[in-house]
Amino acid sequence: MSDGNKGRLKIYLGYAAGVGKTYRMLDEARALRAEGADVVIGYFEPHGRRDTIAKTEGMEIVPRRIVAYAGAEFEEMDAEAILRRKPAVAVVDELAHTNVPGAGREKRWQDVRALLDAGIDVLTTMNVQHLESLNDQVWRVTGVRVRETLPDWVLDDADEVVFVDLTPQALRNRIERGVVYAPEKARRAMDNFFTETNLAALREIAMRHAAHEVEGRRRPAPARAPAAGRERILVCLTGSPSSAILIRRGKRVADYLQADCLALHVSGSSERDSRSVERHMSFARSLRIDTHVVDSPGIAAAIANFARERRITQIYLGRSAPRPFWKRLRESVVQQVVRLARDKQITIVAQRG
Amino acid sequence: MVPDFSRRPDPEELLRRVEAEERQKRRGRLKVFLGYAPRVGKSLRMFDEGRRRAERGEDVVVAAVQGDVSPDIQAILAKLEAVPTVRELHDGRAYEVIDLAGLFRRHPQIVLIDGLASDNPPGSRNPQRWQDVEDLLEHGIGVGTAVNVQHILERQDDVARVTGKRASNSVPEAFLNEADEIEVVDAPPEALLGRGGGAGMPDAHQLAELRELALVLAANVVDRQLQHYLSLHGIAPTWGVEERILVCLTARSNAAAMLRSGRRNARRFHGALLVAYVEQEEISPEDRRKLDANLDLARQLGAEIHCLKGADFVDVILGFAREMRATQVFLGHTQREKRPWFSLSPIERLIEEAVDMDVRLFPHGGAA
Repeated sequence: MSDGNKGRLKIYLGYAAGVGKTYRMLDEARALRAEGADVVIGYFEPHGRRDTIAKTEGMEIVPRRIVAYAGAEFEEMDAEAILRRKPAVAVVDELAHTNVPGAGREKRWQDVRALLDAGIDVLTTMNVQHLESLNDQVWRVTGVRVRETLPDWVLDDADEVVFVDLTPQALRNRIERGVVYAPEKARRAMDNFFTETNLAALREIAMRHAAHEVEGRRRPAPARAPAAGRERILVCLTGSPSSAILIRRGKRVADYLQADCLALHVSGSSERDSRSVERHMSFARSLRIDTHVVDSPGIAAAIANFARERRITQIYLGRSAPRPFWKRLRESVVQQVVRLARDKQITIVAQRG
Repeated sequence: MVPDFSRRPDPEELLRRVEAEERQKRRGRLKVFLGYAPRVGKSLRMFDEGRRRAERGEDVVVAAVQGDVSPDIQAILAKLEAVPTVRELHDGRAYEVIDLAGLFRRHPQIVLIDGLASDNPPGSRNPQRWQDVEDLLEHGIGVGTAVNVQHILERQDDVARVTGKRASNSVPEAFLNEADEIEVVDAPPEALLGRGGGAGMPDAHQLAELRELALVLAANVVDRQLQHYLSLHGIAPTWGVEERILVCLTARSNAAAMLRSGRRNARRFHGALLVAYVEQEEISPEDRRKLDANLDLARQLGAEIHCLKGADFVDVILGFAREMRATQVFLGHTQREKRPWFSLSPIERLIEEAVDMDVRLFPHGGAA
């Protein structure tokens, strides 16, 4: 939550394009302006939607800046121009957007943080499937791997979250009427991502997540369990691609339980995938997980010792890769940890990816 | 999604579906706007959608408005035809009653009804307004209506716990489940308080709790409808949208810790808690007594308990977990000291085979 000098962040949360997030946000912006607030539109994605475009009439718009990249020109939000203009409130569409390389900050949410730090209130929009912790779940349910993600703490830190709902039937009607996309794109969208079952599932995920956000806000921080009684979750990382799933899952559970979250990599036995280990460690840090490396030949023993020293209550492990039968005579790392740490809760995470 | 042919329905089932679909076709469509408190903007959303439909050429009629009508809503109502409620006095109390006879004569495509949770006076055709809506739907008239979570019968205990008050009139949750569409109307609590809450308005903290209740209620309705849709179309149920935790108890389990954690996780994820045990034929009286005590504890916590039967512990648990769409399975650590040569312990086998769910192992006894 923001302190006195920071701007307030308000996020309109939806489950798909076309549910009316931008429309609701602009409604609020107009209402604020009518009350006399100094409001500018920092970034707005018209998508050719007439009703929405009409909402921007008479509003001050900070021009986008042109960024040249790979021989083409792209338009991005001009965060520096908004900072110079310094309005009371800035409207910024599509929080999960990734900026073109060379356009300053990598992600739009980082631009938004700069605006907030300068004391500017921000109204913004996002869909639930862009949350990092839901990436695997969304993939499993819809078959779509969302590429543009943002860390959950960005949403958690928002001062206010508003769930913008529209039923899947109404959304599909809007798409059929050509309100959301051009006709050719609309047909493809309806057949692929915007199926009734996908939309219903995403909507349910969004509702449950919105309930979680509301709950988080009504439990004031001091009421959190004291450090001594709090759960502490340890995520055990390797260079395996499944570690990304493990990180997201462990962090998600930790967030929901208001538990501490640590990550550990035991190095020493092999250094062959140190680059992917480093990538996973920095991914974990970007989600605000406290990362540690221990150098030891015995992976399982090192995990069990670390867990005891750091008063871990739950250990999160990925599945061991399937092994040929002649190697099955020896215990896998998972089996060893399970044997060595029977005094802890141990979770072996599903293959959601 | 791949159709699961093992779930292909038998002819009887198909006949029932055809009949249900026929009934559904004749019936009017029901859309419910669900809010968490007065002034959240449900009525405005409902009437505004009616206006848009009327502008697109649909035949829309307003049959009931509620309380003090705001200027926004008045502007919309001015554009819509009305079949107004009839005022009836009964024992000194005034009732606004929907003019069903007038609506049947007029027979529009869509009727808009605010204040769904209203009582009709004694001696009416239906005791409550939601039953009037059922009648309209049966006559092939579509209905748009608005209701707050504190009026949903099955949620009224939760609401009373939050606000200390219980609404006198109610609508059963089954009515929401039958709706063709349900839309959540959400707004931050500050916005509501800013609009001049008035007497009896819950405070910001209470509003946040009501908001959470409404979102979870809507998510549960959406989930039920989604699973129903999938089963109608012979598609395997979706998995992982809702966190569903299956706690597997044995005589040796540290049931208290596992159930406490299971319940806490289910609550925090706004998901479901299930408890199961595998019935064993050869069980010592001592173990039987311990198992019963564990199951009693689960019952006290209000968990749904399932007794599973089958020769192989791992197959039985995993089969049940998949059937129930469990995302997490809680088990006790194995207590065997030595791992059997050349074979996996049941827990090890379960871990290897449960690729599609989280398996959480709990310490026995004393340790946390």
